[in-house]
Amino acid sequence: MGERKVTVAAEVGLHARPAATFVQRAKLAPMDITVTKSHGGDSVNGKSILAIMALDVRQGETVVISADGEGSEEILDELAAIASTP
Amino acid sequence: MNLRGVGVSPGIGHGPSYVLTVSVPEPPEGATYTGEAEQEKERAMAALTQVAGELEARGNQAGGKAEEILKAQALMAEDPGVVVKVRSLIDRGLAAPRAVFEAFTKYRDVLAGSGGYLGERAADLGDIRDRVIAQLYGQPVPGLPLAPEQPYVLVARDLAPADTALLSRDEVVAFVTEEGGPTSHTAIMARAIGVPAVVACPGATGIPAGVEVMVDGTSGEVRVAPAESDVADAVGAATARRAALASWNGPGATSDGHPVPLLANVGGPAELDAAVAAGAEGIGLFRTEFLYLDRADPPSAEEQRRAYRAALAAFPREKVVVRTLDVGADKPLAFLPAPAEPNPALGERGLRRFMRSPAMMDVQLAALAAEAAESTGAGLRVMAPMVATAEEATWFTRECADHGLTDVGVMIEIPAAALRAADLLAMVDFVSIGTNDLSQYAFAADRRLGAVSALHDPWQPGLLDLVAMTAEAATRVGKPCGVCGESAADPALACVLVGLGVSSLSMAPSALAGVRAGLAAHSLEQCRAAAQAARAQPSASDARTAARVHLPGLAGLGL
Repeated sequence: MGERKVTVAAEVGLHARPAATFVQRAKLAPMDITVTKSHGGDSVNGKSILAIMALDVRQGETVVISADGEGSEEILDELAAIASTP
Repeated sequence: MNLRGVGVSPGIGHGPSYVLTVSVPEPPEGATYTGEAEQEKERAMAALTQVAGELEARGNQAGGKAEEILKAQALMAEDPGVVVKVRSLIDRGLAAPRAVFEAFTKYRDVLAGSGGYLGERAADLGDIRDRVIAQLYGQPVPGLPLAPEQPYVLVARDLAPADTALLSRDEVVAFVTEEGGPTSHTAIMARAIGVPAVVACPGATGIPAGVEVMVDGTSGEVRVAPAESDVADAVGAATARRAALASWNGPGATSDGHPVPLLANVGGPAELDAAVAAGAEGIGLFRTEFLYLDRADPPSAEEQRRAYRAALAAFPREKVVVRTLDVGADKPLAFLPAPAEPNPALGERGLRRFMRSPAMMDVQLAALAAEAAESTGAGLRVMAPMVATAEEATWFTRECADHGLTDVGVMIEIPAAALRAADLLAMVDFVSIGTNDLSQYAFAADRRLGAVSALHDPWQPGLLDLVAMTAEAATRVGKPCGVCGESAADPALACVLVGLGVSSLSMAPSALAGVRAGLAAHSLEQCRAAAQAARAQPSASDARTAARVHLPGLAGLGL
């Protein structure tokens, strides 16, 4: 299982444009993508904007993005880049 | 059919009605379907995809901030969580519309419970849900027409700033709303773009879609399917009146030459042309919220400077008063999430919010200071909204001074600030009375609530007393005291305000001609007599009647 641990840098957190960009990219992936707050809590579907929004990740918080399967490393890199863009 | 409401933006507008359906009926609880579950699911999926596609397409067409918002909404319409929930509800026997209703409502409640920014998104979900259900029922989808064939009369229960943000007078000839009052967003928006409007009009949403409607924004009369000759008469009379008023020009003054600069309230660069064309002698209120609303990131200093530069270019020799950001829980910012408040009007808004966001304040004050330093005319002044105490005024003046801004004022919108105007005036260079909020706070009556709109009569003697106290305090120390609320737009009340000692009036550009003509027809002495007579009355309607006795020139102008 591939994972990336990233600190969300955008002032709005993982909401608004960062959330939409993240989900738009995740939706294109063939495999499941999950997002978990690193301080515990549920894993949510990374292709669901509502689940991501409800996770309520604020600026400076760290999340773990997970995916498994062929091509998952590249996708994880891209998603990590989106989440850590200020 | 004739309806009557409160006219809040003068003029005659007529055209086919467009009734904005805000609430699609809730599909009955436990509604079932006949036929196969798979077919019912396909029907639901097709509707979700269709709505997502439309939102995406609207986003592409709108561009900019609206594009971002609409594309995020498109993602919500096809959210996998919603899809799974809808499918399982259909498997359990619920009809597609009911399944859609329950799935979205579940998520909406989750978001609404979080409050703040997420709570705002809950309203988006309600809107998307209604679109999908309308689609399943084969009803017209709620929302404003994208490219109307002809300008229409917009009819709604109430309008939110988001509904009206993209409207222009090329599309809309009049507004009619069932709720709202003279200071509601609908009213302000209508006056800003110069479109007639009637609010607090019972039965408005019962107007059939597409039928011809004539709206008299002065009398408040709304006529459904009027005779053609009546439309022609009303339009002719309104045109004649406008022409008569337009013949008055030049700077604002009473008949005996007491100067009263007549300024424009401007909500963004798009409204500058109208202000110049109407002969405004400067900008008395340049709102800056347009720079911040409906976007993911705060505006950069350079972007702000462009907007301020545009205002100074439109009025190169006149004064331009810029109000710093005025937002609160009722106008949420995507990049500055705020906790939900039970009473947003009494919460952290205006200067209070600014004080807690030093980074954002720094960018705005620095951008203003940079433009002020480069402008060569009468120049740029800055004022803060929602100031309650002298300490707050002192804080703001000091922050401005740190950025090199020297001509600094505060708005008087809170009764405590009016009562202690002398203390605030000691700290600032000028004050500007925002009568809309002052009325809201003095009468403890929500501006957006139609049920209490009767209290929002700008002629209320209590409100006039607060204006008088502020103006007297300013006169004593020789500092300017303007009014930039909607009171200033009423020609009779404008005379009264001048009589109370107000030194300049700022209003929607469409109101300038009437106010200029009204002032020019009366002496300062008549204005003072009218003010005194109005304050001596126990009620708003008595105050209006008593003042007009001393303002004989108004009737002849059709004002």
